[in-house]
Amino acid sequence: MTVHITSPSPSLAPPASSVGVVGWLRGNLFSSPLNTIFTLAGFYLLYSLLPPAINWAVFSADWVGTTKEACTSEGACWVFVGVRLNQFLFGFYPPSEYWRVVVAFSLIGVLVAWLLIDRTPKKGLVGAFTILGYPVIAYYLFYGGAFGLQVVETYKWGGLMLTLILATTGMFFSFPIGIILALGRRSSMPIAKSMSVVFIEFWRGVPLITVLFMSSVMLPMFIPENMQIDKLLRAMIGIIFFQSAYMAEVVRGGLQAIPRGQLEAAEALGLSYWKSMIFIILPQALKLVIPGIVNTFIALFKDTTLVLIIGLFDLLAVVQAAFADPKWLGFSVEGYVFVASVYWVSCFSMSRYSQHLEKKLHTGHAR
Amino acid sequence: MSKISPKQHWWNNAQHRSLFFQVLLVSLLAGFFWFIGTNTLANLEKRGISTGFGFLSLKAGFGILQSLIPYDESYTFARTFFVGLLNTLLVSGLGIIFATIIGFTVGVARLSNNWLISRLAGVYVEMFRNIPLLLQIFFWYFAVLRALPSPRQSWSTGERIFLNIRGLYLPQPILGDGFSLVGWVFATALIATFLIWRWAKKRQDETGQQFKMFRVGFGLVVGLPLLVFFALGSPLSWDVPKLQGFNFRGGMTIIPELTALLVALSVYTATFIAEAVRSGILAVNSGQTEAASALGLHKSKVLRLVVIPQALRVIIPQLTSQYLNLVKNSSLATAIGYPDLVAVFAGTTLNQTGQAIEIIAMTMSVYLFISLTISGIMNWYNKKIMLVER
Repeated sequence: MTVHITSPSPSLAPPASSVGVVGWLRGNLFSSPLNTIFTLAGFYLLYSLLPPAINWAVFSADWVGTTKEACTSEGACWVFVGVRLNQFLFGFYPPSEYWRVVVAFSLIGVLVAWLLIDRTPKKGLVGAFTILGYPVIAYYLFYGGAFGLQVVETYKWGGLMLTLILATTGMFFSFPIGIILALGRRSSMPIAKSMSVVFIEFWRGVPLITVLFMSSVMLPMFIPENMQIDKLLRAMIGIIFFQSAYMAEVVRGGLQAIPRGQLEAAEALGLSYWKSMIFIILPQALKLVIPGIVNTFIALFKDTTLVLIIGLFDLLAVVQAAFADPKWLGFSVEGYVFVASVYWVSCFSMSRYSQHLEKKLHTGHAR
Repeated sequence: MSKISPKQHWWNNAQHRSLFFQVLLVSLLAGFFWFIGTNTLANLEKRGISTGFGFLSLKAGFGILQSLIPYDESYTFARTFFVGLLNTLLVSGLGIIFATIIGFTVGVARLSNNWLISRLAGVYVEMFRNIPLLLQIFFWYFAVLRALPSPRQSWSTGERIFLNIRGLYLPQPILGDGFSLVGWVFATALIATFLIWRWAKKRQDETGQQFKMFRVGFGLVVGLPLLVFFALGSPLSWDVPKLQGFNFRGGMTIIPELTALLVALSVYTATFIAEAVRSGILAVNSGQTEAASALGLHKSKVLRLVVIPQALRVIIPQLTSQYLNLVKNSSLATAIGYPDLVAVFAGTTLNQTGQAIEIIAMTMSVYLFISLTISGIMNWYNKKIMLVER
């Protein structure tokens, strides 16, 4: 008798149409007649938009020169942006003092990087310096008036520099105010609670433009006649109040996500209200809402453009004003593309960073 | 708390502390309002501005670019308020419609299994939401619409619709005799459809019998008015714009300010709506879809009866807050001169009358009223659709 040994024959390779490039194409682009139509329409859209746009912006653009005559080709005239770059960055700040702005922003850049990068020592010390020391240094660098620095009035501030100053001061002050408002809203004291609710809902219910209008026409009436508030400071106050209401709601979201047991445990240990907030509740709550905080910062950064309506020269306003120069008429698209890319790169990288943080800090609280 | 330790001082008592703190708060607040109140009165007196709303009945004396109600220089400031308010509501209403359509399309497209389509939708969202809205409004207004040809070289489609630097010219419908009957029939059909739908739903809940609601509703709402319309001999004609001299006469004009604002608002808000839609659909547990399929429901029914109702629970709160943002953002109109509430009232009227406090307060109250009403409705709705868990 012969013995039949059966062994499974080797599996066949998957059909050529379901693997590799062909398989990917079939699965992702041409899986059904409708999808095929969509894909073709999509490619047509790309084909009709992308090459002309790239050609305009890069290949047939003019990059070097100092006058309008340098722009001879069909494409974009980046000379316009190049010639006015200093104004776009610093507004009407005196050119001999540009170094002060550069130093101030480099310093905060280094400080923030120090705090954000993981393995840097002495974070507490650097953090304390950023919060307490840096604003003073920055004030004297930007405004001057001490240490032999020439005074630069705020109406000369402008461009990207003003945008960044508005956004960072708005953030810096709205954060603590927002935390206090959020705690107030969840407080058991009826008066503190209702005051916080009214404050938050009021500022969240009105558009930023009306807030800026209010700060520019009503604020001067609220103070004694012999006092003057600088125009920039008035706008800042409006932005800070507006922003802190949004910040309060973000922080409240974090506070609500912390289980009640945490507070009860803190109380059982005999911690006072402020101690249990500062050491137990807030560190957990704020960690949860870092993405939300970054998002409000992005919104604030974009909203600073509105100050042009009350006559401050932020980045957009300076560029908009440059279009009126009779020597450089007709380059509005270049200007807008430049401003848009500055904002886009900043906002996009911030939102990517917040997504990265969200993953990094995810320790199981969020459902 | 106060009875735990016999040695406790009165200032350590939680109730005393909270009382003290709140009294302090109230007195600080009262002091603050007293401070700004007295200053304001003193300043107003010094500048010779009289307070009160008397200015509202004065003659405005300035024209407004676009008005939905009859208006010219001889009307009062109160009228300018309503002209501005209606213009704000117009651009907000249209913006909400367009942003919702674009947003839902892009949000669904982002989840498409077509690689190219989902990427394109992603690029759209990332591109437009990271650029300030004001910049987008400026771009559409100054760089696109200002570059359109003059009226004589208008772009046109079939000599009916014209687009040029002065605006978009459309044929205006002129309602003939008896058109109101069509409107009444349409309204009645809507109510009838709603009643039949309620009856059909009740019958299905009780007996399981289904009713061809779509066909009946479509016939009632679309078919019946059309039938009446043609039976009356089509009482509708069009006033087509015509070039006369240097400009167009007749028809409807959509001013470029409105177009720019509307495009920018819709495109910008649509990115946020798209994200809300995407997160809402992703929030529906895949087990739900699988369970529905396992019950033998058709793919379209899975979507309609299982996925969408659950996704809406996540989408609608975010959607409302985006609508509110859109209404508030429509105030950016003032930057390009679209005559909305802020431009007309907090801008021109304030400059002419100098009544800063009254005008800013009125303008802010309008927005506050809209926001609080909508968020009130939202909270009620949220409570209604909240998941009832164990």
